[in-house]
Amino acid sequence: MATQSARLLLEPIVDNNPITLQILGICSALAVTTKLAPAITMSIALTAVIVGASVIISLIRRHMPSSIRIIIQMTIIASLVILVDQVLQAFAYERSKQLSVFVGLIITNCIVLGRAEAFASKNPPWPSFLDALGHGLGYSVILISVAAIRELLGSGSLLDVQILPLVKEGGWYEPNGLMLLAPGAFFIIGLMIWVIRSWKPAQLEKPEYRINVVHRTESL
Amino acid sequence: MSAESHPHPHLTRARAWLRWLRALFQRPNDDPRKTLAVALVLCLVCSVVVSATAVGLRPLQERNAARALKSEVIKVAGLETTGMSLDQAFDQIEQRLVELETGEFVDDADPLTYSYRDAAKNPAASRALAEAGRAGIQRRPDRMPVYLVRENGQLQTIILPVYGAGLWSTLHGLLALAPDGRTAKALTFYEQRETAGLGSEVAGERWLSEWPGKVLIDERGEPVIEVVKGRVDADAPHAEHRVDGLSGATLTSNGVTNLMRFWLGEQGYGPFLARLSDENCG
Repeated sequence: MATQSARLLLEPIVDNNPITLQILGICSALAVTTKLAPAITMSIALTAVIVGASVIISLIRRHMPSSIRIIIQMTIIASLVILVDQVLQAFAYERSKQLSVFVGLIITNCIVLGRAEAFASKNPPWPSFLDALGHGLGYSVILISVAAIRELLGSGSLLDVQILPLVKEGGWYEPNGLMLLAPGAFFIIGLMIWVIRSWKPAQLEKPEYRINVVHRTESL
Repeated sequence: MSAESHPHPHLTRARAWLRWLRALFQRPNDDPRKTLAVALVLCLVCSVVVSATAVGLRPLQERNAARALKSEVIKVAGLETTGMSLDQAFDQIEQRLVELETGEFVDDADPLTYSYRDAAKNPAASRALAEAGRAGIQRRPDRMPVYLVRENGQLQTIILPVYGAGLWSTLHGLLALAPDGRTAKALTFYEQRETAGLGSEVAGERWLSEWPGKVLIDERGEPVIEVVKGRVDADAPHAEHRVDGLSGATLTSNGVTNLMRFWLGEQGYGPFLARLSDENCG
Protein backbone atom coordinates (compact mmCIF):
# COMPACT_ATOMS: atom_id res chain seq x y z
CA MET A 1 0.00 0.00 0.00
CA ALA A 2 2.81 2.36 0.96
CA THR A 3 4.62 1.66 -2.29
CA GLN A 4 1.37 2.22 -4.16
CA SER A 5 1.01 5.67 -2.54
CA ALA A 6 4.63 6.54 -3.21
CA ARG A 7 4.19 5.50 -6.82
CA LEU A 8 1.12 7.73 -7.21
CA LEU A 9 2.99 10.66 -5.74
CA LEU A 10 6.39 10.23 -7.36
CA GLU A 11 5.60 8.83 -10.78
CA PRO A 12 4.33 12.12 -12.27
CA ILE A 13 7.51 13.93 -11.25
CA VAL A 14 9.77 12.29 -13.84
CA ASP A 15 8.34 9.04 -15.18
CA ASN A 16 4.94 10.42 -16.11
CA ASN A 17 5.56 14.14 -16.05
CA PRO A 18 2.57 16.18 -17.22
CA ILE A 19 4.72 18.59 -19.22
CA THR A 20 7.57 16.50 -20.61
CA LEU A 21 5.73 13.21 -21.18
CA GLN A 22 2.05 14.15 -21.51
CA ILE A 23 2.97 17.49 -23.17
CA LEU A 24 0.18 19.33 -21.35
CA GLY A 25 0.13 22.79 -19.80
CA ILE A 26 2.66 24.13 -22.30
CA CYS A 27 0.90 27.51 -22.64
CA SER A 28 1.51 28.56 -19.07
CA ALA A 29 4.94 26.91 -19.10
CA LEU A 30 5.91 29.36 -21.85
CA ALA A 31 4.13 32.39 -20.50
CA VAL A 32 5.08 32.64 -16.83
CA THR A 33 8.65 31.35 -16.91
CA THR A 34 10.61 34.47 -17.90
CA LYS A 35 11.27 35.08 -14.20
CA LEU A 36 11.62 32.62 -11.36
CA ALA A 37 9.36 34.38 -8.85
CA PRO A 38 6.12 34.31 -10.90
CA ALA A 39 6.86 30.71 -11.91
CA ILE A 40 7.00 29.70 -8.25
CA THR A 41 3.72 31.49 -7.52
CA MET A 42 2.12 29.87 -10.54
CA SER A 43 3.36 26.44 -9.43
CA ILE A 44 1.86 26.89 -5.99
CA ALA A 45 -1.41 28.18 -7.44
CA LEU A 46 -1.73 25.29 -9.89
CA THR A 47 -0.81 22.69 -7.28
CA ALA A 48 -3.43 24.11 -4.90
CA VAL A 49 -6.10 24.05 -7.58
CA ILE A 50 -5.32 20.58 -8.87
CA VAL A 51 -5.23 19.07 -5.37
CA GLY A 52 -8.44 20.81 -4.31
CA ALA A 53 -10.27 19.92 -7.48
CA SER A 54 -9.20 16.28 -7.44
CA VAL A 55 -10.21 15.75 -3.81
CA ILE A 56 -13.60 17.41 -4.23
CA ILE A 57 -14.35 15.58 -7.48
CA SER A 58 -13.29 12.30 -5.95
CA LEU A 59 -15.60 12.91 -2.96
CA ILE A 60 -18.65 13.45 -5.17
CA ARG A 61 -17.66 10.94 -7.86
CA ARG A 62 -20.57 8.60 -7.09
CA HIS A 63 -23.10 11.39 -7.62
CA MET A 64 -21.82 12.75 -10.90
CA PRO A 65 -24.31 12.27 -13.73
CA SER A 66 -22.20 11.22 -16.70
CA SER A 67 -24.00 13.60 -19.05
CA ILE A 68 -22.78 16.71 -17.21
CA ARG A 69 -19.63 15.43 -15.55
CA ILE A 70 -17.19 17.59 -17.53
CA ILE A 71 -19.21 20.71 -16.74
CA ILE A 72 -19.28 19.76 -13.06
CA GLN A 73 -15.51 19.32 -13.09
CA MET A 74 -15.01 22.63 -14.89
CA THR A 75 -17.29 24.46 -12.46
CA ILE A 76 -15.40 23.12 -9.47
CA ILE A 77 -12.03 23.94 -11.06
CA ALA A 78 -13.18 27.42 -12.07
CA SER A 79 -14.46 28.18 -8.57
CA LEU A 80 -11.16 27.09 -7.06
CA VAL A 81 -9.23 29.20 -9.55
CA ILE A 82 -11.27 32.29 -8.65
CA LEU A 83 -10.61 31.47 -4.99
CA VAL A 84 -6.85 31.26 -5.58
CA ASP A 85 -6.89 34.43 -7.67
CA GLN A 86 -8.74 36.35 -4.94
CA VAL A 87 -6.37 35.08 -2.26
CA LEU A 88 -3.38 36.13 -4.35
CA GLN A 89 -4.85 39.58 -4.87
CA ALA A 90 -5.32 39.91 -1.13
CA PHE A 91 -1.98 38.54 0.06
CA ALA A 92 0.44 38.78 -2.88
CA TYR A 93 -0.81 41.76 -4.85
CA GLU A 94 2.33 42.51 -6.85
CA ARG A 95 2.74 38.87 -7.79
CA SER A 96 -0.88 38.54 -8.85
CA LYS A 97 -0.45 41.54 -11.14
CA GLN A 98 2.65 39.99 -12.72
CA LEU A 99 0.75 36.78 -13.41
CA SER A 100 -2.21 38.80 -14.75
CA VAL A 101 -4.48 36.48 -16.72
CA PHE A 102 -2.45 33.32 -16.27
CA VAL A 103 -3.87 32.44 -12.88
CA GLY A 104 -7.32 32.69 -14.43
CA LEU A 105 -6.17 30.49 -17.27
CA ILE A 106 -5.47 27.61 -14.85
CA ILE A 107 -9.14 26.85 -15.52
CA THR A 108 -8.22 25.77 -19.03
CA ASN A 109 -5.04 23.97 -18.02
CA CYS A 110 -5.43 20.45 -19.38
CA ILE A 111 -3.44 18.94 -16.52
CA VAL A 112 -6.13 19.86 -13.98
CA LEU A 113 -9.09 18.67 -16.00
CA GLY A 114 -7.07 15.66 -17.16
CA ARG A 115 -6.46 14.43 -13.62
CA ALA A 116 -10.06 15.15 -12.61
CA GLU A 117 -11.48 13.15 -15.50
CA ALA A 118 -8.86 10.40 -15.75
CA PHE A 119 -8.17 9.75 -12.08
CA ALA A 120 -10.21 11.58 -9.46
CA SER A 121 -13.61 10.71 -10.91
CA LYS A 122 -12.79 6.99 -10.62
CA ASN A 123 -10.72 6.78 -7.41
CA PRO A 124 -11.16 7.45 -3.68
CA PRO A 125 -10.02 10.78 -2.19
CA TRP A 126 -6.65 9.74 -0.74
CA PRO A 127 -5.17 8.28 -3.95
CA SER A 128 -6.69 11.21 -5.86
CA PHE A 129 -4.98 13.60 -3.46
CA LEU A 130 -1.61 11.90 -3.98
CA ASP A 131 -2.03 11.70 -7.74
CA ALA A 132 -2.97 15.40 -7.95
CA LEU A 133 -0.14 16.46 -5.65
CA GLY A 134 2.29 14.41 -7.75
CA HIS A 135 1.11 16.06 -10.95
CA GLY A 136 1.23 19.49 -9.34
CA LEU A 137 4.81 18.83 -8.26
CA GLY A 138 5.73 17.43 -11.66
CA TYR A 139 4.42 20.61 -13.29
CA SER A 140 6.21 22.75 -10.70
CA VAL A 141 9.57 21.00 -11.17
CA ILE A 142 9.58 21.70 -14.90
CA LEU A 143 8.18 25.23 -14.55
CA ILE A 144 10.72 26.20 -11.92
CA SER A 145 13.69 24.70 -13.77
CA VAL A 146 12.67 26.36 -17.05
CA ALA A 147 12.20 29.68 -15.26
CA ALA A 148 15.57 29.38 -13.51
CA ILE A 149 17.36 28.79 -16.82
CA ARG A 150 15.46 31.59 -18.58
CA GLU A 151 15.96 34.16 -15.85
CA LEU A 152 19.65 33.30 -15.44
CA LEU A 153 20.46 33.39 -19.16
CA GLY A 154 17.94 36.06 -20.14
CA SER A 155 18.45 38.58 -17.35
CA GLY A 156 21.55 37.30 -15.56
CA SER A 157 19.65 37.07 -12.29
CA LEU A 158 17.80 34.60 -10.09
CA LEU A 159 14.77 35.74 -8.07
CA ASP A 160 15.76 39.27 -9.15
CA VAL A 161 19.18 38.95 -7.48
CA GLN A 162 21.91 39.73 -10.03
CA ILE A 163 24.17 36.68 -10.47
CA LEU A 164 25.88 37.39 -13.77
CA PRO A 165 26.97 41.05 -14.04
CA LEU A 166 25.46 42.53 -17.23
CA VAL A 167 27.49 44.33 -19.89
CA LYS A 168 25.23 47.37 -19.74
CA GLU A 169 25.99 47.68 -16.02
CA GLY A 170 29.72 47.29 -16.52
CA GLY A 171 29.91 43.49 -16.18
CA TRP A 172 30.78 40.84 -18.73
CA TYR A 173 27.52 39.01 -19.38
CA GLU A 174 25.55 39.84 -22.53
CA PRO A 175 22.00 38.63 -21.78
CA ASN A 176 20.41 36.27 -24.27
CA GLY A 177 17.21 38.00 -25.39
CA LEU A 178 15.85 34.81 -26.94
CA MET A 179 15.44 33.38 -23.45
CA LEU A 180 12.90 36.09 -22.62
CA LEU A 181 10.74 35.24 -25.62
CA ALA A 182 8.39 32.28 -25.92
CA PRO A 183 10.66 30.36 -28.37
CA GLY A 184 13.36 30.29 -25.68
CA ALA A 185 11.01 28.29 -23.47
CA PHE A 186 10.21 25.95 -26.35
CA PHE A 187 13.90 25.21 -26.85
CA ILE A 188 14.47 24.57 -23.15
CA ILE A 189 11.44 22.30 -22.80
CA GLY A 190 12.47 20.48 -25.98
CA LEU A 191 15.98 19.92 -24.67
CA MET A 192 14.57 18.71 -21.34
CA ILE A 193 12.34 16.20 -23.10
CA TRP A 194 15.36 14.99 -25.09
CA VAL A 195 17.48 14.58 -21.98
CA ILE A 196 14.72 12.79 -20.02
CA ARG A 197 13.93 10.43 -22.88
CA SER A 198 17.59 9.58 -23.41
CA TRP A 199 17.85 8.81 -19.71
CA LYS A 200 14.59 6.82 -19.65
CA PRO A 201 14.13 5.26 -23.08
CA ALA A 202 10.77 3.81 -21.95
CA GLN A 203 9.31 7.29 -22.58
CA LEU A 204 10.22 7.22 -26.26
CA GLU A 205 7.15 7.23 -28.43
CA LYS A 206 6.75 4.60 -31.10
CA PRO A 207 7.07 6.09 -34.56
CA GLU A 208 3.61 6.51 -35.99
CA TYR A 209 4.70 5.52 -39.45
CA ARG A 210 7.60 3.51 -40.74
CA ILE A 211 8.66 3.60 -44.35
CA ASN A 212 8.35 0.11 -45.66
CA VAL A 213 11.02 -0.80 -48.14
CA VAL A 214 9.49 -3.09 -50.70
CA HIS A 215 11.83 -4.99 -52.97
CA ARG A 216 10.99 -5.02 -56.59
CA THR A 217 11.06 -8.79 -56.78
CA GLU A 218 8.67 -9.03 -53.84
CA SER A 219 6.10 -6.82 -55.43
CA LEU A 220 6.25 -8.75 -58.63
CA MET B 1 -44.65 12.34 24.92
CA SER B 2 -47.51 13.95 23.13
CA ALA B 3 -44.99 16.09 21.24
CA GLU B 4 -43.42 12.90 19.92
CA SER B 5 -46.60 11.43 18.62
CA HIS B 6 -47.86 14.74 17.23
CA PRO B 7 -44.75 16.56 15.98
CA HIS B 8 -44.92 20.17 15.06
CA PRO B 9 -46.30 20.61 11.52
CA HIS B 10 -43.10 22.45 10.41
CA LEU B 11 -41.01 19.55 11.58
CA THR B 12 -43.11 17.05 9.71
CA ARG B 13 -42.81 19.11 6.56
CA ALA B 14 -39.03 19.40 6.97
CA ARG B 15 -38.76 15.64 7.39
CA ALA B 16 -40.84 15.07 4.30
CA TRP B 17 -38.55 17.42 2.37
CA LEU B 18 -35.49 15.60 3.61
CA ARG B 19 -36.94 12.24 2.66
CA TRP B 20 -37.78 13.60 -0.76
CA LEU B 21 -34.27 15.00 -1.21
CA ARG B 22 -32.65 11.77 -0.12
CA ALA B 23 -34.82 9.85 -2.55
CA LEU B 24 -33.84 12.29 -5.27
CA PHE B 25 -30.14 11.79 -4.65
CA GLN B 26 -30.55 8.03 -4.46
CA ARG B 27 -31.92 7.89 -7.96
CA PRO B 28 -29.59 6.56 -10.65
CA ASN B 29 -27.10 9.16 -11.80
CA ASP B 30 -28.54 9.30 -15.28
CA ASP B 31 -32.04 10.21 -14.13
CA PRO B 32 -32.73 13.71 -15.49
CA ARG B 33 -34.18 14.78 -12.13
CA LYS B 34 -30.99 13.82 -10.35
CA THR B 35 -28.88 15.50 -13.03
CA LEU B 36 -30.80 18.74 -12.52
CA ALA B 37 -30.59 18.46 -8.74
CA VAL B 38 -26.83 17.85 -8.80
CA ALA B 39 -26.28 20.79 -11.15
CA LEU B 40 -28.41 23.06 -8.97
CA VAL B 41 -26.67 22.11 -5.72
CA LEU B 42 -23.24 22.46 -7.33
CA CYS B 43 -24.04 25.92 -8.69
CA LEU B 44 -25.38 27.06 -5.33
CA VAL B 45 -22.38 25.80 -3.38
CA CYS B 46 -19.83 27.19 -5.86
CA SER B 47 -21.47 30.61 -6.09
CA VAL B 48 -21.71 30.91 -2.30
CA VAL B 49 -18.04 29.97 -1.89
CA VAL B 50 -16.85 32.31 -4.64
CA SER B 51 -18.87 35.30 -3.50
CA ALA B 52 -18.02 34.77 0.16
CA THR B 53 -14.29 34.82 -0.67
CA ALA B 54 -14.63 37.84 -2.92
CA VAL B 55 -16.55 39.83 -0.31
CA GLY B 56 -14.42 38.62 2.60
CA LEU B 57 -11.11 39.50 0.99
CA ARG B 58 -12.18 42.80 -0.53
CA PRO B 59 -10.89 45.05 2.31
CA LEU B 60 -7.42 43.49 2.02
CA GLN B 61 -7.44 43.80 -1.75
CA GLU B 62 -8.52 47.42 -1.55
CA ARG B 63 -5.72 48.23 0.87
CA ASN B 64 -3.25 46.62 -1.52
CA ALA B 65 -4.69 48.56 -4.43
CA ALA B 66 -4.42 51.84 -2.49
CA ARG B 67 -0.76 51.18 -1.69
CA ALA B 68 -0.07 50.25 -5.30
CA LEU B 69 -1.78 53.44 -6.46
CA LYS B 70 0.39 55.52 -4.14
CA SER B 71 3.55 53.99 -5.52
CA GLU B 72 2.30 54.54 -9.09
CA VAL B 73 1.62 58.20 -8.34
CA ILE B 74 5.12 58.59 -6.92
CA LYS B 75 6.63 56.87 -9.95
CA VAL B 76 4.76 58.99 -12.47
CA ALA B 77 5.58 62.15 -10.49
CA GLY B 78 9.26 61.42 -11.09
CA LEU B 79 10.18 62.26 -7.49
CA GLU B 80 13.46 61.34 -5.85
CA THR B 81 12.48 58.88 -3.10
CA THR B 82 15.61 56.96 -2.16
CA GLY B 83 15.58 56.02 1.50
CA MET B 84 11.99 57.09 2.03
CA SER B 85 9.07 54.91 2.99
CA LEU B 86 6.09 54.85 0.69
CA ASP B 87 4.05 57.09 2.95
CA GLN B 88 6.87 59.59 3.46
CA ALA B 89 7.37 59.84 -0.27
CA PHE B 90 3.66 60.20 -0.85
CA ASP B 91 3.44 63.04 1.68
CA GLN B 92 5.41 65.22 -0.75
CA ILE B 93 2.46 65.13 -3.09
CA GLU B 94 -0.59 67.30 -2.60
CA GLN B 95 -3.89 65.53 -3.23
CA ARG B 96 -7.05 67.38 -4.02
CA LEU B 97 -10.54 66.58 -5.20
CA VAL B 98 -11.79 68.43 -8.26
CA GLU B 99 -15.41 69.10 -9.20
CA LEU B 100 -15.11 68.33 -12.90
CA GLU B 101 -18.09 70.47 -13.97
CA THR B 102 -16.56 73.68 -12.65
CA GLY B 103 -12.92 72.72 -12.44
CA GLU B 104 -12.81 73.97 -8.84
CA PHE B 105 -11.19 72.20 -5.90
CA VAL B 106 -13.58 70.87 -3.27
CA ASP B 107 -12.55 70.36 0.31
CA ASP B 108 -15.57 68.69 1.91
CA ALA B 109 -14.29 65.15 1.32
CA ASP B 110 -11.05 63.32 1.91
CA PRO B 111 -9.27 62.60 -1.39
CA LEU B 112 -7.52 59.60 0.18
CA THR B 113 -10.71 57.71 0.90
CA TYR B 114 -12.55 58.93 -2.19
CA SER B 115 -12.90 56.21 -4.80
CA TYR B 116 -13.83 57.34 -8.28
CA ARG B 117 -14.84 53.78 -9.10
CA ASP B 118 -17.45 53.76 -6.35
CA ALA B 119 -18.60 57.23 -7.34
CA ALA B 120 -19.10 56.13 -10.94
CA LYS B 121 -21.56 53.49 -9.70
CA ASN B 122 -23.45 55.93 -7.51
CA PRO B 123 -26.13 57.88 -9.41
CA ALA B 124 -25.93 60.69 -6.85
CA ALA B 125 -22.20 61.20 -7.41
CA SER B 126 -21.96 60.67 -11.14
CA ARG B 127 -23.53 61.63 -14.43
CA ALA B 128 -24.68 59.40 -17.29
CA LEU B 129 -22.86 60.13 -20.53
CA ALA B 130 -24.17 60.28 -24.08
CA GLU B 131 -23.03 57.51 -26.43
CA ALA B 132 -20.59 59.57 -28.49
CA GLY B 133 -17.02 60.15 -27.39
CA ARG B 134 -17.34 58.70 -23.94
CA ALA B 135 -14.41 56.25 -24.12
CA GLY B 136 -16.58 53.36 -22.96
CA ILE B 137 -17.46 55.09 -19.71
CA GLN B 138 -21.13 54.73 -18.81
CA ARG B 139 -21.24 57.15 -15.92
CA ARG B 140 -18.65 59.78 -15.18
CA PRO B 141 -17.97 60.60 -11.53
CA ASP B 142 -18.69 64.22 -10.64
CA ARG B 143 -15.41 64.50 -8.80
CA MET B 144 -11.97 63.13 -9.50
CA PRO B 145 -8.85 63.11 -7.34
CA VAL B 146 -5.82 64.96 -8.71
CA TYR B 147 -2.26 64.96 -7.42
CA LEU B 148 -0.10 68.07 -7.51
CA VAL B 149 3.66 68.24 -7.11
CA ARG B 150 5.03 71.60 -5.98
CA GLU B 151 8.58 72.72 -5.45
CA ASN B 152 9.01 75.82 -3.26
CA GLY B 153 5.33 76.59 -3.82
CA GLN B 154 5.76 76.48 -7.60
CA LEU B 155 3.57 73.95 -9.39
CA GLN B 156 5.76 71.34 -11.12
CA THR B 157 3.51 68.50 -12.18
CA ILE B 158 -0.21 67.83 -12.40
CA ILE B 159 -1.15 64.16 -12.14
CA LEU B 160 -4.56 63.15 -13.40
CA PRO B 161 -6.15 59.70 -13.06
CA VAL B 162 -7.64 58.58 -16.38
CA TYR B 163 -9.53 55.49 -17.45
CA GLY B 164 -11.45 54.11 -20.38
CA ALA B 165 -12.21 51.02 -22.41
CA GLY B 166 -9.47 49.24 -24.31
CA LEU B 167 -10.25 46.07 -26.22
CA TRP B 168 -11.07 43.62 -23.41
CA SER B 169 -10.70 45.63 -20.27
CA THR B 170 -10.90 49.07 -18.75
CA LEU B 171 -7.49 50.73 -18.74
CA HIS B 172 -6.73 52.65 -15.57
CA GLY B 173 -3.81 55.03 -15.72
CA LEU B 174 -2.19 58.20 -14.48
CA LEU B 175 -1.21 61.09 -16.71
CA ALA B 176 1.41 63.59 -15.53
CA LEU B 177 1.23 67.02 -17.16
CA ALA B 178 3.62 69.95 -17.10
CA PRO B 179 2.30 73.09 -15.32
CA ASP B 180 1.07 74.46 -18.67
CA GLY B 181 -1.61 71.75 -18.54
CA ARG B 182 -0.99 70.75 -22.17
CA THR B 183 2.30 68.88 -22.34
CA ALA B 184 2.67 65.31 -21.13
CA LYS B 185 5.45 64.58 -18.66
CA ALA B 186 4.73 60.91 -18.10
CA LEU B 187 2.01 58.32 -18.52
CA THR B 188 1.40 54.98 -16.90
CA PHE B 189 -1.32 52.35 -17.04
CA TYR B 190 -1.36 50.47 -13.78
CA GLU B 191 -4.37 48.31 -14.48
CA GLN B 192 -5.21 46.61 -17.76
CA ARG B 193 -6.10 43.17 -19.03
CA GLU B 194 -5.41 43.57 -22.72
CA THR B 195 -4.11 40.78 -24.96
CA ALA B 196 -0.84 39.57 -23.44
CA GLY B 197 2.12 40.51 -25.62
CA LEU B 198 0.14 42.83 -27.94
CA GLY B 199 -2.30 45.16 -26.20
CA SER B 200 -0.60 44.60 -22.86
CA GLU B 201 2.34 46.61 -24.21
CA VAL B 202 0.16 49.62 -23.38
CA ALA B 203 1.64 49.31 -19.90
CA GLY B 204 5.14 48.55 -21.17
CA GLU B 205 7.93 51.00 -20.50
CA ARG B 206 9.03 51.20 -24.13
CA TRP B 207 5.69 52.51 -25.39
CA LEU B 208 5.01 54.75 -22.40
CA SER B 209 8.39 56.41 -22.94
CA GLU B 210 7.01 57.84 -26.23
CA TRP B 211 4.69 60.11 -24.28
CA PRO B 212 6.86 62.66 -22.44
CA GLY B 213 6.98 65.89 -24.42
CA LYS B 214 3.86 65.22 -26.49
CA VAL B 215 1.49 68.18 -26.65
CA LEU B 216 -1.92 66.77 -25.83
CA ILE B 217 -4.03 69.91 -26.14
CA ASP B 218 -3.80 72.61 -28.85
CA GLU B 219 -3.83 76.40 -28.29
CA ARG B 220 -7.63 76.55 -28.42
CA GLY B 221 -7.93 74.03 -25.59
CA GLU B 222 -9.04 71.15 -27.82
CA PRO B 223 -7.56 67.75 -27.00
CA VAL B 224 -5.74 66.71 -30.19
CA ILE B 225 -3.58 63.85 -29.06
CA GLU B 226 -3.87 60.77 -31.25
CA VAL B 227 -2.37 57.31 -31.18
CA VAL B 228 -1.85 56.64 -34.89
CA LYS B 229 -1.46 53.40 -36.78
CA GLY B 230 2.22 52.66 -37.37
CA ARG B 231 5.06 55.03 -36.64
CA VAL B 232 4.95 58.80 -36.35
CA ASP B 233 7.09 60.66 -38.86
CA ALA B 234 9.03 63.08 -36.66
CA ASP B 235 9.20 65.72 -39.43
CA ALA B 236 5.50 65.71 -40.30
CA PRO B 237 3.37 68.61 -39.04
CA HIS B 238 1.59 67.84 -35.77
CA ALA B 239 4.12 65.12 -34.91
CA GLU B 240 4.06 66.50 -31.37
CA HIS B 241 0.35 65.57 -31.19
CA ARG B 242 0.84 61.99 -32.36
CA VAL B 243 2.06 58.81 -30.69
CA ASP B 244 3.13 55.55 -32.38
CA GLY B 245 0.43 52.90 -32.42
CA LEU B 246 0.88 49.55 -30.72
CA SER B 247 1.42 46.99 -33.45
CA GLY B 248 -1.21 44.28 -33.43
CA ALA B 249 -3.33 46.25 -30.98
CA THR B 250 -5.29 48.83 -32.96
CA LEU B 251 -8.32 48.68 -30.70
CA THR B 252 -6.25 49.15 -27.56
CA SER B 253 -4.48 52.10 -29.25
CA ASN B 254 -7.83 53.62 -30.24
CA GLY B 255 -9.00 53.12 -26.68
CA VAL B 256 -6.08 55.22 -25.44
CA THR B 257 -6.87 57.98 -27.96
CA ASN B 258 -10.52 57.97 -26.87
CA LEU B 259 -9.83 58.06 -23.17
CA MET B 260 -7.21 60.79 -23.54
CA ARG B 261 -9.57 62.95 -25.58
CA PHE B 262 -12.43 62.33 -23.18
CA TRP B 263 -10.51 63.15 -20.01
CA LEU B 264 -8.71 66.18 -21.42
CA GLY B 265 -11.92 67.48 -22.98
CA GLU B 266 -14.90 69.49 -21.81
CA GLN B 267 -16.48 66.56 -19.93
CA GLY B 268 -13.23 65.58 -18.26
CA TYR B 269 -10.51 67.75 -16.77
CA GLY B 270 -10.91 70.49 -19.46
CA PRO B 271 -12.41 73.14 -17.14
CA PHE B 272 -9.91 72.30 -14.39
CA LEU B 273 -6.90 72.58 -16.72
CA ALA B 274 -8.22 75.84 -18.23
CA ARG B 275 -8.64 77.33 -14.75
CA LEU B 276 -5.18 76.14 -13.69
CA SER B 277 -3.41 77.63 -16.72
CA ASP B 278 -5.28 80.95 -16.24
CA GLU B 279 -4.08 80.98 -12.67
CA ASN B 280 -0.50 80.22 -13.70
CA CYS B 281 -0.38 82.91 -16.37
CA GLY B 282 -2.27 85.60 -14.55
